[in-house]
Amino acid sequence: MRVPILKQGEYLIASIQSALTDQELSQLKDDLLDHAGRTRARGVVVDVTVLDVMDSFAARTLRSLAHMLDLLGAATVVVGIQPEVAFAMVQLGLTLEGVSTALDLEEGLAFLQAKAA
Amino acid sequence: MAPRFEARIRIRSDADIVAARRQGRALAEQMGFSSTDVTVIATAISEVARNIVQYAREGEVVVSATREDGRDGLTIVARDQGPGIADVVKAMQPGYSTANSLGLGLPGARRLMDDFEISSRVGEGTTVTMTKWQR
Ligand SMILES: Nc1ncnc2c1ncn2[C@@H]1O[C@H](COP(=O)(O)OP(=O)(O)OP(=O)(O)O)[C@@H](O)[C@H]1O
Ligand SMILES: [Mg+2]
Repeated sequence: MRVPILKQGEYLIASIQSALTDQELSQLKDDLLDHAGRTRARGVVVDVTVLDVMDSFAARTLRSLAHMLDLLGAATVVVGIQPEVAFAMVQLGLTLEGVSTALDLEEGLAFLQAKAA
Repeated sequence: MAPRFEARIRIRSDADIVAARRQGRALAEQMGFSSTDVTVIATAISEVARNIVQYAREGEVVVSATREDGRDGLTIVARDQGPGIADVVKAMQPGYSTANSLGLGLPGARRLMDDFEISSRVGEGTTVTMTKWQR
């Protein structure tokens, strides 16, 4: 299933709706890069609230997405990482280096706005 | 250590990784593991199942409920008949990857689970067996 990408002002919002396969997550990365380039977005929010697992592939994909968006002049913020997911990520040794995080969509957008100001 | 419940998931594609994760999660929930442990178990399954797809192309993941010395545990066996691992000690080190990846899957899964065992033979395949015990 393709993750819908919404445009809100200068920002793009991708709300993941269900568990994603590696391929679907890679697709989301490509779609976001494509949208961000075309719409000249200033920031991107990726909502991972429904993800029950953030494994090495997901972390690597989000990190490289954030890095590439940064080169396009857009900031990335990942929102909604659940406490259990965060716990497992730490045990696994995963970090989201270079990726900003916020509690939820609202805080993510506030973060982007503050950054742009 | 007779298994009381067992689910077998064939692993051939990245969709099977999600299916294996879902099975492990369902069993862990049914056994009454905490939500943190359920997530930990699903994450460990994700790593070993992905290694099968990535390095061996196909294999299987078996999740089962086990009991030993009066303790209940959830055991995950991930096995394939792929190329095997030449240096298992190296493969278990964080940061070691032949795929230019993070090299966190195996050492991470070991940290996530309570018991962890890996056996591998070049040309024959790899089996990872790991268990989370109920607290
Ligand atoms: N089932 C397997 N068959 C053959 N080789 C394997 C298998 N599982 C792991 N390996 C080897 O062990 C190395 C380490 O595996 P590990 O999962 O820790 O890291 P990775 O897969 O390289 O990176 P990551 O999991 O962080 O994306 C791999 O790079 C690969 O060479
Ligand atoms: Mg791996």
